[in-house]
Amino acid sequence: MQKSLHIDANKCTGCLQCEMACSYENYGVFITAKSRIKIFDFENEGRKVPYTCTQCAEAWCLMACPVDAIRLDAVTGAKVVNEATCVGCKVCTIACPFGTINYVAATGKVQKCDLCDGDPACATACPTGAITYVDADWTGFDKMRAWAGKTDNATRASA
Amino acid sequence: MKHLIIGAGAAGITAAEQLRKLDPAASITVLDGEGEAAPYARMAIPYLLSNQIVEAGTHLRRDPDHYRTLRIDIEKGRAAAVDPVASLVRLVDGRVLPYDRLLIATGSVPSREKVAGIDLPGVHTCWTLADARAIIASLRPGTRVVQMGAGFVGCIIIQGLMSRGADLTVLIRSGRMVSRMMPPKASDMIAQWCAAKGVHVMGKTQTAKIEQDGNSLKVTLTTGEILPADIYLSVVGVKPGIDFLAGSGIAMQDGIVVDARMRTNLPGIYAAGDVAESCDCVTGKSQINAIQPNAVEQARIAALNMAGGAADFVGSLAINVLDTLGLVSCSFGQWQGVEGGAGVELVDEANYRYLSLQFGDDVLIGATSIGWTDHVGVLRGLIQTSTPLGVWKERLLADPTTFMAAYLATSQKAA
Amino acid sequence: MAWTRNVLRVDLTNGTCKSEPLNMEWAQQYLGQRGLATKYFVSEVDPKVDPLSPANKMIMTTGPLTGTPVSTGGRYSVVTKGALTGAIACSNSGGYFGAELKFAGWDMIIFEGKSLKPVYLSIVNDQAELKDAAHLWGKSTWHTEETIKKEHQDPLTRVCSIGRAGENGVMYACIINDLHRAAGRSGVGTVMGSKNLKAVAVRGTNGVSTIRDPKAFMAATVAAKKVLADNAVTGQGLPTYGTQVLMNVINEMGALPTRNHRDVQFEEARKISAEAMAEKRPSDGKSHLVTNNACFGCTIACGRISKIDETHFSVVNKPEYWGASGGLEYEAAWALGAANGVGDLEALQYANLLCNEEGFDPISFGATVGAAMELYELGILTKEQIGMEAPFGSAKAVCEMAEMTARGEGFGKELGQGSARLCEKYGRPDLSMTVKKQEFPAYDSRAIQGMGLTYATSNRGACHLRSYTVASEVLGIPFKTDPLVTEGKAGLVKAFQDATSVFDSAGVCVFTTFAWSLADLQPQLDAACEGNWTMEKLAEVGERIYNMERLFNNAAGFTAKDDDLPPRLKTEAAKTGPAKGLVSGIDKMRPEYYQLRGWDEQGVPSKETLGRLGL
Repeated sequence: MQKSLHIDANKCTGCLQCEMACSYENYGVFITAKSRIKIFDFENEGRKVPYTCTQCAEAWCLMACPVDAIRLDAVTGAKVVNEATCVGCKVCTIACPFGTINYVAATGKVQKCDLCDGDPACATACPTGAITYVDADWTGFDKMRAWAGKTDNATRASA
Repeated sequence: MKHLIIGAGAAGITAAEQLRKLDPAASITVLDGEGEAAPYARMAIPYLLSNQIVEAGTHLRRDPDHYRTLRIDIEKGRAAAVDPVASLVRLVDGRVLPYDRLLIATGSVPSREKVAGIDLPGVHTCWTLADARAIIASLRPGTRVVQMGAGFVGCIIIQGLMSRGADLTVLIRSGRMVSRMMPPKASDMIAQWCAAKGVHVMGKTQTAKIEQDGNSLKVTLTTGEILPADIYLSVVGVKPGIDFLAGSGIAMQDGIVVDARMRTNLPGIYAAGDVAESCDCVTGKSQINAIQPNAVEQARIAALNMAGGAADFVGSLAINVLDTLGLVSCSFGQWQGVEGGAGVELVDEANYRYLSLQFGDDVLIGATSIGWTDHVGVLRGLIQTSTPLGVWKERLLADPTTFMAAYLATSQKAA
Repeated sequence: MAWTRNVLRVDLTNGTCKSEPLNMEWAQQYLGQRGLATKYFVSEVDPKVDPLSPANKMIMTTGPLTGTPVSTGGRYSVVTKGALTGAIACSNSGGYFGAELKFAGWDMIIFEGKSLKPVYLSIVNDQAELKDAAHLWGKSTWHTEETIKKEHQDPLTRVCSIGRAGENGVMYACIINDLHRAAGRSGVGTVMGSKNLKAVAVRGTNGVSTIRDPKAFMAATVAAKKVLADNAVTGQGLPTYGTQVLMNVINEMGALPTRNHRDVQFEEARKISAEAMAEKRPSDGKSHLVTNNACFGCTIACGRISKIDETHFSVVNKPEYWGASGGLEYEAAWALGAANGVGDLEALQYANLLCNEEGFDPISFGATVGAAMELYELGILTKEQIGMEAPFGSAKAVCEMAEMTARGEGFGKELGQGSARLCEKYGRPDLSMTVKKQEFPAYDSRAIQGMGLTYATSNRGACHLRSYTVASEVLGIPFKTDPLVTEGKAGLVKAFQDATSVFDSAGVCVFTTFAWSLADLQPQLDAACEGNWTMEKLAEVGERIYNMERLFNNAAGFTAKDDDLPPRLKTEAAKTGPAKGLVSGIDKMRPEYYQLRGWDEQGVPSKETLGRLGL
């Protein structure tokens, strides 16, 4: 059974341990600005919302890549950017309707969540259980994917 | 079942792969008109020019055995005509290829400037790998390049030219860079950026004639000014590569007219990618949105239908991302806005940052950005899904930089 | 090493920003943040300086663990000579600002001089510049933060700023960052205002990459986080109830100062407690508390985020206060509430919101209101003078006084001077519940004896955060001591003061010490920082820092008589509760404390002590 990141925003306190863990895992630096998971702060509601790639089935980024630099990891289900192949054209960044693949000027490549080869650092670092890595059926990701489906509904409905 | 695909770009190859997935037994042939080592992505050419990748880095697929493994025949050759009655395609070299289902995915071809001297040696366009090779071969530090045109292609190759030390002059007929994907203010900012990086930008002018002058070229402008040049680059836009279809009976306006299933007016013939004129999901009008994501999505839909399915294309969306000498700009949907619609424009010229959002009643219909790279994809998401914004419309009008928060609040309540 | 090794020196008089290397020799002796910035401060500033003159300096400083995954590793401090106290000031704050400053590549910012016109400092990584703040002057911290983020087109720009209180010379003005976190005490915001510095905006995308031994460091942080999670206070009590968990506990102990310390128990304590915050209100069926919140890197998450009752008299037709916002924390709930005999939770939150919005310390403000109410009840201050009736228990008076103090209007100007100056002016200095002109926090020295010595000997004036012996005397951390006795408290206070100096200098929150001892902090520091940070070295650094601060205060003119409590606490016995009949034993504890410190009878460190500590 493939696993997915499960987000429970109600449990998020906004400590940003996940962002530090993500940047450390991928760049060896503690720098929230480079994290692939982001906490969005709705101050007025007292709500913090962790947000990252859902590894959606539509794989907009993968489909849009002109040079085959984004591949499916068959084990984890993650859509993974191969930095050596990515030319930095950024087409994926405007194709992904979730805004979860982004261009990094410093590297000239795009970056996105790759589930850390099946051991996501953000989930390990989260002190409250707001981010967990669980069996895909448990995640309620279908809710978010329903939105993906909306972007693509005609195709899905009849294909 | 014989599937024939004309064109080995992103649309053609995506369709071929999709067909193979749907029909393991079908015969699938892709007609590749350029004769390169492998199907490649034009999107990657700017990065070849700037020496960030080698030629193999432009290839659409990494695995050299990819097409053989999938039993996709890449046939080198150029289509000369389609005979829908006999269900066959005639090639320039005289060969004839029969088909049961035909997909036309020939993409765009560069528009040709109608000025004297356009065929002189030293005059290039920049569209194919062969073009890129020719430019690279003649570019040295200090080489004087006069470039006519500053559309998408004109802008995205500037980095490559400058990184090789070109002494670059860019001529812009309209006076505005990327005028077809950016509002005036944003165009101006990109032009300023280029000028600040050492590009000679000349607006409201164009080439009158090009002449040989010893080993160099002499470019005379409509304003009378004369520019010496070593290379003349003509990048004045592209148009659908459909000339070979004249007389075929396939209905064409700006491009090949297709329905939601990517069918042309003739049975068994489909079109996808830059040649296809389809319904824009924001305007509802039939138009060409010649961009990579639309091309692959149309190809996927076309293949589903060619294989006997019934899938509808949800409509294309004009989205663009451009890197002009490191300045990243994007535009989405109806970035120009609509009559009577609300809009907001945030301009920070000192820092080369720009953000414009355009609204319909309660939805986002278009956006333009410069200098924003994080989460810009949600602008597409909000536009394409016509997400009702509610209170966020006013908030975005007050502060458009909160677009990601608006997206999360309106679209990801489950999160 | 975990320092960035970069110091930003901002000359406000001349409008320049310059980078200089961090003094690494000092870093080995003073660690960072509180200790290291104070070392810079005392080396550069005349102790006799007028706090509000251009010659005073102000340092914003991070610690070596700021901006790392160490739990609570997001702190910064503001070091200056306090406007309220005239003593060394060091106010510590959480939120996100400190980590962002570190991510931008700075250990500290030293502000000197005074700008001719209002400015704010903008930092984007190594780019620092002073920008015009004319359009922000006269505006609240909330408005300032929102405006700067919008102007910078970056919601992730972190901002600290002063509100109108800091501009108007309220002597206990704060510096507010991230809307509701505060470098709160001693008037550091007043000093900032005196320099015409409205705000500091920072964006850092470089990060911290200079950890000495990353592998050992990550292992140490994971282990220490587990200690916090497994501890009843940091793992359950604080996240669930916040610091407000204390309200009922302290009240039952008879240690909740009430009505300007006339009483030690408040009959309406429950109405302003954590439990009350979680209950559904009759008016709208919602609870006051919305959620808990963490500062950067914090795995405790004690912060309270609440929504005020929209129908409450204080906020009717004021939707700007209806959103979720910070508060109430225990000290504020006490100072605005029990200290004035007010049991109206919503009124306290409104006053608290004003404190955040306009940047002033709710502890000093609330306690000053308490003094004013006592002066009113004694007939020394009249309704006409104050502009309203102001008996103990008046929620309306607290709200209106907060408004007039924020705006610097009418009697608000006098309230803004703090209780010491107010009571002095009206001839009753004995009614000011302060040490070194700084108001007490929420623990009565008669019922928790150690806190009396804590207040009296705190280098920044009365304060609970210099040696929080409540941990031992109430919660039994690290071991239980009897709160009613003076025996052993001198040693307890000294040990807490020295250890706290280390925590405050590391970049972490003092609340970790409910679960962590120095032995938990040490492996994290040692893995992060070069220099072999042993337990012995840390203990010495802590003691060195405390003595350095003391030397500055002594040179500033403070003497043993300033290490004392107001007469009320020494002569008027507690009327109720477990401490009934007791007064503070400060006069007994102080000499013992001096002796343990190696100070003479005048509270001056001896030559031997200074020699031992290398001072």
